[in-house]
Amino acid sequence: MSGYLDMELLRFTTAGSVDDGKSTLIGRLLYDSKSIFEDQLEAVEQASRNRGNEEVNLALLTDGLRAEREQGITIDVAYRYFATPKRKFIIADTPGHIQYTRNMVTGASTADLAIILIDARNGVVEQTVRHSCIASLLGIPYITVCVNKMDLVDFSEQVFAEIRANYEEMARKLGIRATLHFIPISAKYGDNVVEKSANMPWFSGGPLMQWLEDVSIEHKMGYDSQPFRFPVQYVIRPISDKFPDYRAYAGRMSGGVLRKGDRVRVLPSGLESAVKAIMQTDKELDTAHTPESVSVLLEDDIDISRGDMLVGTEGPQPTVTQVLKMHCCWFNEAELQLRKRYLIRTAVQETIGMVQSVDYRLDINTLEKIEGVSSLKMNDIAAITVKCANPLVVDNYADNRTTGSVIFIDPDSFETVGAGMIKM
Amino acid sequence: MYKLTHLKELESESIYVLREVAAQFEKPAILFSGGKDSIVVTYLAYKAFYPAKIPFPLLHIDTGHNFQETLDYRDALVEKLGAQLVVGSVQESIDKGRVKEEKGYNASRNRLQTTTLLDTIEEYKFDACIGGARRDEEKARAKERFFSHRDEFGQWNPKNQRPELWNIFNGRKNMGEHFRVFPISNWTEMDVWQYIYQESIPLPSLYFTHERRCFLRDGQWLAAEPCMTLKPTEEVVTRRVRCRTIGDITCTGLTISEANNLEDIIREIAATRVTERGGRADDKRSETAMEDRKKEGYF
Repeated sequence: MSGYLDMELLRFTTAGSVDDGKSTLIGRLLYDSKSIFEDQLEAVEQASRNRGNEEVNLALLTDGLRAEREQGITIDVAYRYFATPKRKFIIADTPGHIQYTRNMVTGASTADLAIILIDARNGVVEQTVRHSCIASLLGIPYITVCVNKMDLVDFSEQVFAEIRANYEEMARKLGIRATLHFIPISAKYGDNVVEKSANMPWFSGGPLMQWLEDVSIEHKMGYDSQPFRFPVQYVIRPISDKFPDYRAYAGRMSGGVLRKGDRVRVLPSGLESAVKAIMQTDKELDTAHTPESVSVLLEDDIDISRGDMLVGTEGPQPTVTQVLKMHCCWFNEAELQLRKRYLIRTAVQETIGMVQSVDYRLDINTLEKIEGVSSLKMNDIAAITVKCANPLVVDNYADNRTTGSVIFIDPDSFETVGAGMIKM
Repeated sequence: MYKLTHLKELESESIYVLREVAAQFEKPAILFSGGKDSIVVTYLAYKAFYPAKIPFPLLHIDTGHNFQETLDYRDALVEKLGAQLVVGSVQESIDKGRVKEEKGYNASRNRLQTTTLLDTIEEYKFDACIGGARRDEEKARAKERFFSHRDEFGQWNPKNQRPELWNIFNGRKNMGEHFRVFPISNWTEMDVWQYIYQESIPLPSLYFTHERRCFLRDGQWLAAEPCMTLKPTEEVVTRRVRCRTIGDITCTGLTISEANNLEDIIREIAATRVTERGGRADDKRSETAMEDRKKEGYF
């Protein structure tokens, strides 16, 4: 019991082309780690029979929606959960198909690790480049490249080595800073997924599951050394007999730590005060860590509301600005238009903004920066400049994924039409 | 070095989502069924807004076929929290002619709840309904967002759910539309039980072993209550059972079990080979039963 209460959490995403075997890999991870229940397996066996599949089609475990099951491809992002004695895992299983890039970006935004699948017969393809680019842009610290279907290339060490070299070259060109790791696997037959493969004695590393259990999540613990950031989400004011003057600023620690007594600055106003108490429900904390949800009481009675950010008085400050420069991924069928009004939203702030310029579009095929572009189509990735009606408090995305991110909302349809990562 | 356990991380995420609902919507409500998931969501809401009261009412869609233990628990909790309770009655919907009662041995009011839910949402003008659904429960739920947009007919369109990135939730909508919000989306069944254990959250007695008159149908034990119609071959016996998941009487499978405390329950679940909802007759109606109900506006 106590072991279970003491586990860590790893979020990872899986990406790959339709036929790369991504769903089969996840099915295999769940199946071999005994996370699949009898009735789920029964249902999949029955569904496989109904389709005339002879072997159990593990992909059917994750393709949940009616249309997907009929077409045999994954349309949306699906979240699967499993745990080993060491860790709890959240998998964001994302589509490989071009028209669902937005869903891949969604699943990847909170991921600690990305698994990128390559078909051993095809090597690095356009999709590989696109997904690696997105994983890197979204700041995922670890990229694990699984070269799949090794059974179809006779488990050849040379094929694996060549693909690895090609990928590393591509990663260099893209400027990918994530930690790369390569594993040759066969999802269909289980080689190097949970158990080490007997067919690839030339591979000295461990299977994928072992890597997932052991990979360091220091980047999460490293939040402590980040500058303090606390976007105010909600103001708690009971106004009751028992708590007549109580006023607490509730939110989620989004960088660094906060201690009782610390001096804090409120942005964008610039007013300052000291921390009187940090509460987690009725418990008072000496220190709050990222990403805990807490509420903060200050010594002084100053005007703070949702949208403000508490930061430290020392150390690197966020930028308070109306002009944002960012990398943007466009999601919507309707093109991004210059000078059209969009709602720009950070975690707790919202304002109206318009794109002043597209500084360059990133061509996924050639990795070139293409200038002279005036709009973005769905799935395009570009560097843009946005002018906002009100100042936003932001960091560079490379320094803080929470305070460095924004979304674009269409003011007519209210759909989320784009995602931005600040790069000032 | 500071260490964050998975339960603490999940709890922090859920509290964040609940506060976000309070900040973005005008009239939210918590969908309360008396089941462990909605109990945990309510408990998290208590934690999120303390020492203020939970700023939304509890909304219970009552099929009229609930276990008495569920209703008793609900009433006690509402009093303890000083919360407002809104009850939508399926019986009333039937009486008004809004829905028709199902007939036959496998009749259930489960699907009828959708109409009552949507009618109640419209009557009270709720713009966000917070539910305890989790993504590990069922394959159609695996695709859900934290903030799930429903159109003015209350319908869920899986092809058109908004991308949800980082901590940023887009709760913008037109008049007449509403959102369903699922704060414990990333929790598994085991996480919920471990949290209940860690926090010592009281639960309805149904979750623990008790003696009950029941009968066996298609390999599943069901409660022998007045709302159930037994086939001539079905025999009522008394067994020591407990519920792993609680719906209303017509669709809640009973498990033969001696587990009478949280540790026993957790041990049982860890060893089990059938999913939590494996005992839910409503999911078995077709391969895509849940997805189809959600498209109509179900939870």
